[in-house]
Amino acid sequence: MSSATTPPDSDPSQRRRVHSMLKHYYGLNEEGKVTEQAESLDPCDINGPHFDPEVYLNKLRMECSLGELMDHESCMVKQIRSLDSDMQTLVYENYNKFISATDTIRKMKNDFKKMEDEMDCLSANMAAITEFSAHISGTLQDQHAQITKLSGVHTLLRKLQFLFELPARLNKCLELQAYAQAVSAHRRARCVLQQYSHMPSFRGIQDDCHVIMEQLAQQLRQKFRDGGSSAKDLSECVELLLQLDEPAEELCDKFLSHAHSSTTNPFLSPTAGTDILEFIDRGCNEFVSSLCLVIASYQELFINRPQEGELASKNIPEMANGKLHVFVDTLAARYFSLVERRIQEEKGVSDNSLLVRALDRFHRRLQAISKLLPGSAVPSQGTEIVVRAARERIKQYLSALQTFYHDSLTDVRQALAAPRHKDATPSLPELLTSLSNFILNQLKSVLASVHLFTAKDITFSNKPYFKGEFCSQGVREGLVVSFIKFICQSSRQYCESAGDRGGSTPPALLLLLSRLCLDYETSTISYILTLTDEQFLVQHHTPVTPVTALCAEAREAAQKLLNHYVKVQGLIISQMLRKSVETRDWVNTIEPRNVRAVMKRVVEDTTSIDVQVGLLYEEGVRKAHSSDSSKRTFSVYSSSRQQIRYAPSYTPSAPMDTNLLSNIHKLFSERIDIFSPVEFNKVSVLTGIIKISLKTFLECVRLRTFGRYGLQQIQVDCHYLQMYLWRFVSDENLVHFLLDEIVGSAAHRCLDPSPMEQSVIEVICERG
Amino acid sequence: MEDDAPVIYGLEFQARALTAQTAETDAIRFLVGTQSLKFDNQIHIIDFDDENNVINKSVLLHDAGEIWHISGSPADKAVLTTCYSKTSESRVLTCAAVWRMPPEWESGSHESPDDSSNNPQTLELLCHLDNTAHGSVACVLWEPMGDGKRVISLAENHMLLWDLQESSTKATISSSATLEGKGQLKFTAGKWSPHHNNTQLATANDTAIRGWDLRSMSQIYCIENAHGQLVRDLDFNPNKQYYLASCGDDCKVKFWDVRHINEPVKCLEEHSHWVWSVRYNHSHDQLLLTGSSDSRVILSNMVSISSEPFGHLVDDDELSDNEESQQEDKGKEPLQDSIIATYEEHEDSVYAVEWSAADPWLFASLSYDGRLVINRVPRALKYRILL
Repeated sequence: MSSATTPPDSDPSQRRRVHSMLKHYYGLNEEGKVTEQAESLDPCDINGPHFDPEVYLNKLRMECSLGELMDHESCMVKQIRSLDSDMQTLVYENYNKFISATDTIRKMKNDFKKMEDEMDCLSANMAAITEFSAHISGTLQDQHAQITKLSGVHTLLRKLQFLFELPARLNKCLELQAYAQAVSAHRRARCVLQQYSHMPSFRGIQDDCHVIMEQLAQQLRQKFRDGGSSAKDLSECVELLLQLDEPAEELCDKFLSHAHSSTTNPFLSPTAGTDILEFIDRGCNEFVSSLCLVIASYQELFINRPQEGELASKNIPEMANGKLHVFVDTLAARYFSLVERRIQEEKGVSDNSLLVRALDRFHRRLQAISKLLPGSAVPSQGTEIVVRAARERIKQYLSALQTFYHDSLTDVRQALAAPRHKDATPSLPELLTSLSNFILNQLKSVLASVHLFTAKDITFSNKPYFKGEFCSQGVREGLVVSFIKFICQSSRQYCESAGDRGGSTPPALLLLLSRLCLDYETSTISYILTLTDEQFLVQHHTPVTPVTALCAEAREAAQKLLNHYVKVQGLIISQMLRKSVETRDWVNTIEPRNVRAVMKRVVEDTTSIDVQVGLLYEEGVRKAHSSDSSKRTFSVYSSSRQQIRYAPSYTPSAPMDTNLLSNIHKLFSERIDIFSPVEFNKVSVLTGIIKISLKTFLECVRLRTFGRYGLQQIQVDCHYLQMYLWRFVSDENLVHFLLDEIVGSAAHRCLDPSPMEQSVIEVICERG
Repeated sequence: MEDDAPVIYGLEFQARALTAQTAETDAIRFLVGTQSLKFDNQIHIIDFDDENNVINKSVLLHDAGEIWHISGSPADKAVLTTCYSKTSESRVLTCAAVWRMPPEWESGSHESPDDSSNNPQTLELLCHLDNTAHGSVACVLWEPMGDGKRVISLAENHMLLWDLQESSTKATISSSATLEGKGQLKFTAGKWSPHHNNTQLATANDTAIRGWDLRSMSQIYCIENAHGQLVRDLDFNPNKQYYLASCGDDCKVKFWDVRHINEPVKCLEEHSHWVWSVRYNHSHDQLLLTGSSDSRVILSNMVSISSEPFGHLVDDDELSDNEESQQEDKGKEPLQDSIIATYEEHEDSVYAVEWSAADPWLFASLSYDGRLVINRVPRALKYRILL
């Protein structure tokens, strides 16, 4: 059998082998022919199907020896035997099994029979039970229906009872002021009543309820209106009223109107006498805070309330919000107008910090509203008010500065007009410095005041207006530049108004102002502007007036003032000279013994002008003098000695000669512009004044007719002027030329031209 | 185009008085009165020959005294008035008289200057405007464009209207007015308005300008403080009846509308000393001449307050006739108020300027040293005004 277990190569062969083995098992082939296909045909294969014992035997016989045959035979016998015993064992075993199976089947047969009987019995029982059950339920059905009906009636009755009791209950609630219960009770009953309102009894109830609820609503409204109640009460009230189908808009309106009266009543009474900080404080504390409260509670009531039921559909918050905005806006508008009026009353510029603080508080408190009511325009309007106030303030400061300037000028005027005690009255330079210091200090203090607007701790200082426009357009342009321009302009006005209406401005003031403007041009303007720029960190977004333009303006003003000063002073001296020439009878005058008083006056005045101008302006350059360096201290004598050198042309030998001489002189001399602009120095100013005076003298002399002594008087006078005036001017030849002209003209207009001896003239003049 | 050079004529004596011969419309003729205390005074008749650019002069003797003011009759070119100062008993009084030029002067004008100065003819006295009761005469004004029968003399603070009768040989005062009040009341200048039927007069005293109605001899307006200082001269705009120019010691020339006397219409401040004389051009009132003691004469173009503020209106036909000028015209902008020219030919104070009566583009100026300068309006401007 070992060969039979050899693994076959393919399935069919295996199947066949098993098949063969079974064949073999069942004795079809004793020796079994479990050989391979190739071998199976071998008749010598003892296990093969084609085993041919004969062939096998023959083969053995032929091939094997006896011994081997013998061995082979015994082996064969052994195998046969073992095979037989195996077969017997198998048969036996199978038999036993079969027997036991048969037994089991028999037993089962018996058991099933018993079970069948029991099952029959069971089904019979079940049928009986079914019958019974049907019977019972049939009998119970009536009763059950009755019970259901009863229980329904019961609930209905209870509801009805609730309804019938409702008016009473509501009344009771009303008495107890348990409004919430009343409302919830009524709410429960409401739809039922509504539904059955066609039945008279229900209708009655409904009507009763209506009346009661009306009453209740009335009370609620009353309570709501009284307003004395706390916010919580109020909110409850509102909630209840809302539930009572009270229209929300009306409620909002009522609430707001109530709030309106409560917020405004205590505050909006015009208050005089309180300072602005106090005013704003009151405004903030009373108005703004109560407004905030109102807003908060209102929002609580109408806007932020969780919405339920049909109320949600009405879109209350939106409506309420709108109403709130309108409400806040109108109130704020009133408040703002009041505040603005109050701010406008704030004219005194003494203490700006109060105003700034007030504005700051005002602005700060409005921020609260912006937090509460994000979309509101109120804070921005508030900011605008602050901005306006700031602008207004700048204007006020400007006008204050201007008044201050005018006042200072008036002071200066008074100081100038005051009788001149030599020590008591301050001198011109002192006045100038004090004036300029006053102005500068005032300007600085104003800047400091205005600077408060941009202080870091002020809430509105970080607004773009205060960062940019306020600094550049407001302070720099509106205040500083305007003020400087004002100074220049008012100075120029002094020139114009005084020019026509005859010297209403004291000349010293003109001189002072001229110097002031010049100082402004050289240093003060740039100083002030730099100061401003630094203090206010001005960033020039918009074009601003450049320093140079202002300086030019100041210089122009200074020039104009100085020119005007020259003109006015020249005019004063001219008038003196003119009067003196016009009023005298030059034909019948007596022989001159003295210099006329008016000439002394002219020299005195010129000297005092010289001193006056010298106090404020530098000396200036003169053309090379023939006299030496000590010109200021020249005594009368030395100067008169000096005089001799220029004297010749004074003593005209004949009138025609003088004429010729002066004509020749004129040919070679430059044309003299009498009223011409002067330079900013003393010499130039004095030259201008003397030029004007002498020219007037000349023109007046030409209009008169002189007698012999008249001419001599003019000679004396001119010589006297010559002695004293030359030192004041830049080019003494100018004085000489003009005086020559005067004497020449006088000689021409003389009926009897016999001039005085030069020596006599000198004696008279030196006598003084 | 080049302008002709100014023509200069020198007098031997100093002079203040200048006038155009008003009645003469053909020849360009000026009259100058001299001022000399020692020598006989003269009236120089300056004839300007425009063609040849030369001056012909004749001299008439005025032996009454030095001449402060001179004025020619509008009707008779031989008749003129002078204000002259007369010294008697060591008292100087300025008198006024009407004179007639001798008929032969014209023939004498062609003689050599030396001859005429050696042997000048004398003016024929017609009549005195007797002022002994009223004081010195400042000026004598003829009725503008009148028949030469009426003159006004301003003496101190009196204003006298004279009727000249019997060929001007007799003068009688027909009416008079006296300025009374405080302050300096002496008249310094006056002008007879050519408008309103010659019934108005303007006078200046001190800083005020006053208007007078000659029918009632009463004041009709008064511009107080018209100038900061003395008012030296006045002139009426010949074409605009309410417009008036004044000048004075404040170096300004002011233009007034006498209906609104609070403010001047315009103010010029171009001179650097007193302005002594102001004259409107007789035909083109935008042209204004001023003379000043800064020795300058200034010709201004005051278009904006003239009667032709937009320039001469030109017809298209006229333009098409002259294409050249049309092109030239288009290249120019409308004229602005401006100084046209400053004339600096004088070396001394200019006390009088005057337009020629015959040629509207020509004017004379006289300075104290006796220099008479004749100038023309620049040609460019002339053509602009004309075309």
